[in-house]
Amino acid sequence: MNMQQAIKMTAAETALVDAYTAQIGDLPGDGAVLSLRDTLVHELKTAGLPTRRVESWHYTDLRTLLRAVPSADPSAFADRVDPIVPGSSVLSVRNGQADLKSLPEGVTARSYTESLLDGSAVAGLAVLGSDDAIGRINGGLVGGGLEIALAEGAEFEAPLEIQIAQSHGQAHTRFPVSFGAGSKATVIERHLSTNGDASFVSSVTDLTLAEGADVIWIILQQQGPADTHLGQIRFDLGKDAKLHLVVINAGGKLVRQELHGKASGEGADLTLRGINLLGGDSHTDVTFTLSHDVPHTTSTEIIRNVVFDRAKGVFQGKILVAKDAQKTDAKMSCNTLLLSDEGDFSAKPELEIFADDVQCGHGATVIDIDHTQLFYLLSRGIPENKARAMLVNAFVAEIVEELEADEALVEALEGVISAWLAKHA
Amino acid sequence: MLEIKNLHARIAEDGTEIIRGLDLTVKAGEVAAIMGPNGSGKSTLSYILSGREDYEVTEGDILYNGESILELDASERAAKGIFLAFQYPVEIPGVATMQFLKVAMNEQRKYRGEDELTTPEFMRRVKEAAAELKIAPEMLRRPVNVGFSGGEKKRAEILQMALLEPKLCILDETDSGLDIDALKVVADGVNALRSPDRAVVVITHYQRLLDYIIPDTVHVLYKGQVIKSGDKALAHELEANGYADIIEAAA
Ligand SMILES: Nc1ncnc2c1ncn2[C@@H]1O[C@H](COP(=O)(O)OP(=O)(O)OP(=O)(O)O)[C@@H](O)[C@H]1O
Ligand SMILES: [Mg+2]
Repeated sequence: MNMQQAIKMTAAETALVDAYTAQIGDLPGDGAVLSLRDTLVHELKTAGLPTRRVESWHYTDLRTLLRAVPSADPSAFADRVDPIVPGSSVLSVRNGQADLKSLPEGVTARSYTESLLDGSAVAGLAVLGSDDAIGRINGGLVGGGLEIALAEGAEFEAPLEIQIAQSHGQAHTRFPVSFGAGSKATVIERHLSTNGDASFVSSVTDLTLAEGADVIWIILQQQGPADTHLGQIRFDLGKDAKLHLVVINAGGKLVRQELHGKASGEGADLTLRGINLLGGDSHTDVTFTLSHDVPHTTSTEIIRNVVFDRAKGVFQGKILVAKDAQKTDAKMSCNTLLLSDEGDFSAKPELEIFADDVQCGHGATVIDIDHTQLFYLLSRGIPENKARAMLVNAFVAEIVEELEADEALVEALEGVISAWLAKHA
Repeated sequence: MLEIKNLHARIAEDGTEIIRGLDLTVKAGEVAAIMGPNGSGKSTLSYILSGREDYEVTEGDILYNGESILELDASERAAKGIFLAFQYPVEIPGVATMQFLKVAMNEQRKYRGEDELTTPEFMRRVKEAAAELKIAPEMLRRPVNVGFSGGEKKRAEILQMALLEPKLCILDETDSGLDIDALKVVADGVNALRSPDRAVVVITHYQRLLDYIIPDTVHVLYKGQVIKSGDKALAHELEANGYADIIEAAA
């Protein structure tokens, strides 16, 4: 008997390992992929899910919070829904299975299952570090997804929606996406649940932006109230590449969205915007790391949180500026509108700077509704509940309005926000 | 239309009494001017009339059309026809002006049991009223009051008043920050609303505005009380001599 087995596995840990065991023989992969899966699941079994003692999981003790994991159901079926922005091209992955029917010109895509089967996926399956629980769970269990490439110079007017829909059970998906030099596109990675049954979803996206690529990537998380969502975005920004990354959390019971990236080409720029709409008994964590590796790169990060009920939220943001990365300009802020005494938001912004000629700053605030603004709206005959909703909406809508170049997109995202607020405020 | 009887009110937070036994009656059709030194409680009175919760009424009553409004919240008072043009209009980033106007108009209509306005009808009314007040359409595309100059903010207040068609209009130093031409435009806007079933309370420091909006009555507020009332001649007297004599006589 080895030592680690002395640690009693939780119900969730057991369920994850069982899910793997039950699918052995069905999970796709060549020899290398299959043996990596084995290693990852073995690590999960021996190390367990991360607890608060693991620094990067301090505010989200996954081992305690993840009480149960529904078992995988291969017969689960999710309907396709209309894209959030009318006129978008839709690539859908339903209950883990990719559908490649409507590919716009300039985009090539194939099912990630094939990359697993031919072994080309193996390098990307490695975890980011010993604390990469999402990478580990996903790498062990991933069944499908999409490998997408945008041709050099390709430009798209309408957004591309990657629709990841789940009815119940489990889905583990991957999306390696490469943007060719000078390409320009808006992509919406949309996670949604088609009914109220519990789902457990993990998803890893790996973005590579070549020189001068200009990308808006929106993660719209609209899981159901019983769902667990473990998401991870990895990104690498080449020379003069621009990424406007927007994370909108508007659903789920237990959510962790990680964003890990590096600015590895001079002139690279990241705009990170986060909107966390938190209600009920949910727990939502956005964890971000960015390393500025070369000189003359820039980033701004603004996170806006709205907390109702007993919801708990976390933002961890860490910006690393490498020794040679002079002239880095980075600004990070996290603002929370706390609308309930029982709600809670923890913000941990961090800067680790090894270069001396840089401009970096961060700040975190917690605020309440502005009483003067509220009175102004009331004094015009707007009832209090509606006036409050308008102000809460305004607090987050400012971020969406930055996408003003695409009116339909702004309208669609504002619709998501106001629909959520109508239900929770 | 408005009867304020022995009103005492204090700041809810720290209990400081600001309004100390104030009596004032304004009849339908009347334009009443309220004047008084800085800090005498004019803005506080206007806030209390419109239902701001930062103040607590400890004694006395406010009757509007014969009924006490003390139990009504600010939005109900507005829907019943009380409008305050703020001394310092509030900026609300993230709330579009047009959306704000539409929600306000329709919520008031709903409260009164009237049908909501259709979008074309709403647009027509806004366009017309904005043109009268010489408000540029670009201003209406910005968030509420955000980036407006002092004078633009005051004009935007009058635009809201014109659209909401209140019965009791309270103007708190609407003239401050306005250039001569804008003052005329705003005064015309107010005069256009004068009618036998509407009352206007004009808070001001200057005779200038009262040359355009001629008051029926003038009241001097000092330390939370009306210490003297008269007709428009009183305003001229104040302009010429200041408050000292009146304050002394009242002491
Ligand atoms: N919320 C508040 N907190 C603290 N003090 C207040 C508050 N509201 C009013 N006051 C005080 O009450 C007094 C009356 O203020 P108010 O604004 O009503 O005066 P005013 O007559 O409108 O003056 P002005 O002519 O300068 O506009 C002032 O001393 C002011 O500082
Ligand atoms: Mg004042």
